[in-house]
Amino acid sequence: MNNIETLRQAIDDNSITVPKLAEATINHAKKLNPQLNAFLQLDRDGALSQAEATTLNGRSNGDADKVFRGIPIAIKDNICVRGLQATCGSHILRGYHPQYDATVTTRLREAGAVIIGKTNCDEFAMGSSNENSAYGAVRNPFDLERVPGGSSGGSAAAVAAGIVPVALGSETGGSVRQPAAFCGIAGLKPTYGRISRYGLVAFGSSLDQVGIFATNARDIAHTLRVIAGRDARDATSADVEVPDYAAQIEGDIQGARIGVPRLLFGEGLDAEVRAKTEAALNVFRDLGAEVVDIELPHAKYAIAVYYILATAEASSNLARYDGVRYGVRSESAMTLKDMYRRTRDEGFGAEVKRRIMLGTYVLSSGYYDAYYRKAQQVRALLRRDYERAFEQCDVIFTPTTPSTAFRLNEKTDDPLAMYLSDIYTATANLVGTPGLSIPCGMSSENLPIGMQLVGRHWSESVLLKLAHAYEQVQPFTHRPSVYADVLKS
Amino acid sequence: MVTSNSAWETIIGLEIHAQLSTDTKIFCACSTQTGCEPNANTCPVCLGLPGALPVLNTRAVELAARAALALGLKINERSVFARKNYFYPDLPKGYQISQYDEPFSEHGELTIMTATRDEAGHARDWQPKRIGITRLHLEEDAGKNMHEPQGSAATGDDNNYSYVDLNRAGTPLAEIVTEPDFRSSWEAYDYVNHVRRALQWVDASDADMEKGNLRCEANVSVRRKGATEFGTKVELKNLNSVRFMQRAIDYEVERHIKLIEAGGRIVQQTLLWDERTNTTRPMRSKEEAHDYRYFPEPDLQPLIVSPEFIEATRHAMPELPDARRDRFMRDYELSFNDASQLTAELALADYYERAARSSNNPRAAANWVRGDLARELETRNLNIAQSPVSAEHLAALITAIDTNRINGKQAKDVLPLMMTGGVTVDEIIKSRGLEQVSDTGEIERIIIETIAANPKQFEQYKAGKEALFGFFVGAVIKQSQGKANPKLVNEMLRAKLAE
Repeated sequence: MNNIETLRQAIDDNSITVPKLAEATINHAKKLNPQLNAFLQLDRDGALSQAEATTLNGRSNGDADKVFRGIPIAIKDNICVRGLQATCGSHILRGYHPQYDATVTTRLREAGAVIIGKTNCDEFAMGSSNENSAYGAVRNPFDLERVPGGSSGGSAAAVAAGIVPVALGSETGGSVRQPAAFCGIAGLKPTYGRISRYGLVAFGSSLDQVGIFATNARDIAHTLRVIAGRDARDATSADVEVPDYAAQIEGDIQGARIGVPRLLFGEGLDAEVRAKTEAALNVFRDLGAEVVDIELPHAKYAIAVYYILATAEASSNLARYDGVRYGVRSESAMTLKDMYRRTRDEGFGAEVKRRIMLGTYVLSSGYYDAYYRKAQQVRALLRRDYERAFEQCDVIFTPTTPSTAFRLNEKTDDPLAMYLSDIYTATANLVGTPGLSIPCGMSSENLPIGMQLVGRHWSESVLLKLAHAYEQVQPFTHRPSVYADVLKS
Repeated sequence: MVTSNSAWETIIGLEIHAQLSTDTKIFCACSTQTGCEPNANTCPVCLGLPGALPVLNTRAVELAARAALALGLKINERSVFARKNYFYPDLPKGYQISQYDEPFSEHGELTIMTATRDEAGHARDWQPKRIGITRLHLEEDAGKNMHEPQGSAATGDDNNYSYVDLNRAGTPLAEIVTEPDFRSSWEAYDYVNHVRRALQWVDASDADMEKGNLRCEANVSVRRKGATEFGTKVELKNLNSVRFMQRAIDYEVERHIKLIEAGGRIVQQTLLWDERTNTTRPMRSKEEAHDYRYFPEPDLQPLIVSPEFIEATRHAMPELPDARRDRFMRDYELSFNDASQLTAELALADYYERAARSSNNPRAAANWVRGDLARELETRNLNIAQSPVSAEHLAALITAIDTNRINGKQAKDVLPLMMTGGVTVDEIIKSRGLEQVSDTGEIERIIIETIAANPKQFEQYKAGKEALFGFFVGAVIKQSQGKANPKLVNEMLRAKLAE
C-alpha cells in the first residue's frame, strides 16, 4: 500500500533508497499520465537532487520529525514551487515560473519531502470536474470516462492511482473534499487560517485554504503537522498551536457526538450515496458515538452565498493577469485598453470569464448591497448556524457530494448543476471550519462514495481521530485498475 | 484676479496624499528609498505576483497615527482596508489597497490661520478658519509608468516602448480629504502649508511637494453668491508646489466665471496644471466614470488601534506647532507673525527656544534668528539644523551685547566670523581685540586727552553749543579704536564737560 508509513519503513529498512523511490515515482507518473492527465509538469531532475540531498542529511537525524524525509509528494499547480511552472491550469499563465516558494512548499522541503511535480486543476481552481483546465481534463482513475472532481482533480487522481502517497490541493468551496470523494481517498480542508496561503494563487481569498490528499487519516495528520501554523507572510494565518495530530489520532471515540442535518439527506441526494453514508453513520454508532439530529436553517443559501462571495473576490484577485508583467500577453493589441481586453479574452477560459463577470457584477455600484453585502450577512447567519449546531455536537456529518463521479461533459453545459455538486462542502469554506472527506464505500457502478465530517474551528484532530477510528473497522481497500504500488513497480 | 467683492463664490475641496516616512513599504519589507535602479526595490508582494500576500507594516500605522494626532483628528479604534479595483500598468495587482467605508480617521476638523493677500502677495489680517476633514486613510502608492519619447527608441526598432517602474508601488500614503470648505485659493494655500508643517513636525512625512512625497488635488467650482447648490466642479492635478496649486485654482475660478457669464457650461473633468504656460489642460486619457467596486480586503485583518497605542503615540510626539506658537506669544511676548515664523518647522522652533532661554533675552533671540542668522544661513544655503552656530553660541553673542562687552554693531560683524564654525564668541572678541573698554580710569584718561586735543571745540561747547557733544563722543570712541563702552563714554564725558 502506497502510504507514508509503508514508504517510510521501506526507506528506513533500506529496501529502497530515496533517489530510487523518486525515480520509481516519476516513472510511474509518466506511465499513467497519458491516461490520467494528472500532472502538468514532472520534475525528474529536481526530484532526484532533492532525493540526494535528503539522503545526505537524513542519516544523522533520527528524530520523529523525519517522517517526511524522502517521501514523494505532488503539488497542485496553483501553489508556487520555485523552479517549476505555476500555470494554475490557465493559458494566461502558460510558461510562468514563480520566483519564490509558497510557505507550504518551503515547509515540505524543510521536512525532506521530495516534490515530483505539479498537478492539473481547473483553471484558477474554478470548477468541480477538472474539465476547466486549459491543459485538458483529468480522468478519474476508477473510470477514465468520468471526472475526478475538481478543482484539485490532478492531485486527487495522483494519490488515488498510487503515484504519490500525499498531494497538496487547494479549497475555495470543496475543491479537495469533492475530488477526494470521487477518487476514493481522504481529503482535508483545514480551518481557515490553519495553513499559510502565502504562495497559493488566490481565487477567493476569504475562503481559500491549502488542502491535503492522502489514502488515510494518519497521513493527513502527518502532513498537516508539517505545513500548518502561523506564517508572518500571511496576515490571515492564525497563531494557534499546531498539535502532533498523528500522536492524537488513536483512541476510542466513545461518546463523540455526531450531528446529522436531516434536511441535507433529502432531495437531490443519490440513493446509493445516502445508503452508504447512513451505513457509515451506523459504524460510528457501533464505535460508541452518539448521533444527534441538528438543524442548519440557512444551509440552503450556502451555494448562492458562496458563488457571490467567491466570484466577487475572484474578480479582483484575477485582475492582475493583465499581460503587463508576466504570463501571456496578446500581441495583436494596438492600445493599452485593447491589450487588456485581448490578453484576458484570449488568456482566460469560459468558466473563469463567467465568474469574473459575475463577481464584477455583484460588486458594482448599485448592486453591492443587494448581492455582496447581503451575502456577507447570510454568511454571518451560517456561522451562527454552525456555532449553535456545535453546542449539540462535536462534528457535523453529511455525504461529501450528492452523487458519485459524473461522466466527462455530463455537466459542462449546465453550470448551475455543476455548482450544486458543492452543496455539502461550500459551507465549511464560508464558515471557516475544517472538513474532512473519507471514502465510505463503492456504488453499484464501482465508483467511490465519500462521507464528510465538519468540525469546530481548529478541531482537525477530532476529525482525524474519528476518521481513523472508522478506517480501523472499515478499511477502504478498493483500488482503481490503473493503481500500482510504487514499491513493487 | 478674482476680487472679493465679485458676485461669485469659490468652493474648493482638497485631497492630500502624503507619503509616510517609513523605511519600508506598507505591505512588504522592500525599501522606500528613491533614486534606485528601476524595479530594484521590489519583491513578490509589491510586484503583485500570483500568490503573494500583503502584511501591514505597523510603522506606517504609527506614522498615520502621528499624522492624525498632529492635525487634531481622532483615530477610529477599528478601520478596514478595502480594495479599489481598476486597471493601470503601474498598479500591479489590478487593485489598490486603500480604506473606504471604515477609514483610519473621519469626521474631523482642524483650525488653520489664513490671511488675504495684497497686490504684492503679502499676507494681511491673519484669521482662524475651521476646515472640515472628511477622512484620513491609509493606502499604498502605485508605481510609475515611463514612456519613451517619440524617436528615441532604445531597442533599435522603430517602436516606442513604455516601461513600468514599481519601486514606488507599495509606498505608504496617508490620504487626507477635506470638506468643500475653502472659499479662496489662499485659504487652500494656507491649509496645505498647515498640513505640511504638521506632518513634518511630527516626522510623519517629509511632505515635500517638489519631491512628490506630498501630492495635492483640488476640486474647484464656483457659484453665485447666495446660491445653495454647488456648481459643476473640476479636479485639478499636477500641482507640484503650493504656489502652483494656488495659481491653478485662481486660473480655474476665473475661467469658470468667464465661461458661465458668457453663457457656457462647465464640464466635469480632470485638468492638469501646466506650469510653463500657467494654464490648465484636460488629462489626455479621458477618464471614464470609474466604478472602483470597493470591497473589504480579505487578505488583511481589520486594523485595531487601541486607546493605549494612541496615548503612547501622542506621548511620544513633540508639542504641536500651533500650541507652541501660542506659547511663544505668551511666554516670550512675541508677535503672531514672529511666533508663526519661528514655528514654521520644529528644528527652527527648537533652535529659537534654546537661544531664547540660554540668552535670557527672547526678544533679541527672535530678532537674531529671524534676521542676521537667517540671512547668513541663506547665503550659505544651509537650513537651521545645519547651522554652524549653535543656539547656545548665538545666545552667548546676545549676552555679550547685553553685558556691554561688545556693542550691537560689533556683534553684527562677529556673527559672520562665527559662521565658519567651531569658534566661540569669546574667542573672536579676544582674538580681534573687540572687548569694550569699561575701565573708567582708562576712559577718563582718553577723555582728558581728547578735550586737550580739541580746545576750540571745548570752548564752543562751553559757550553753549551743546551739539558738539556728539563730536566729543565720536572722538573719544575713535581714540579708543572703537572699544570704549559707548554708554560709559556718554556718562563720563557729560560729567567731564560739565566740570
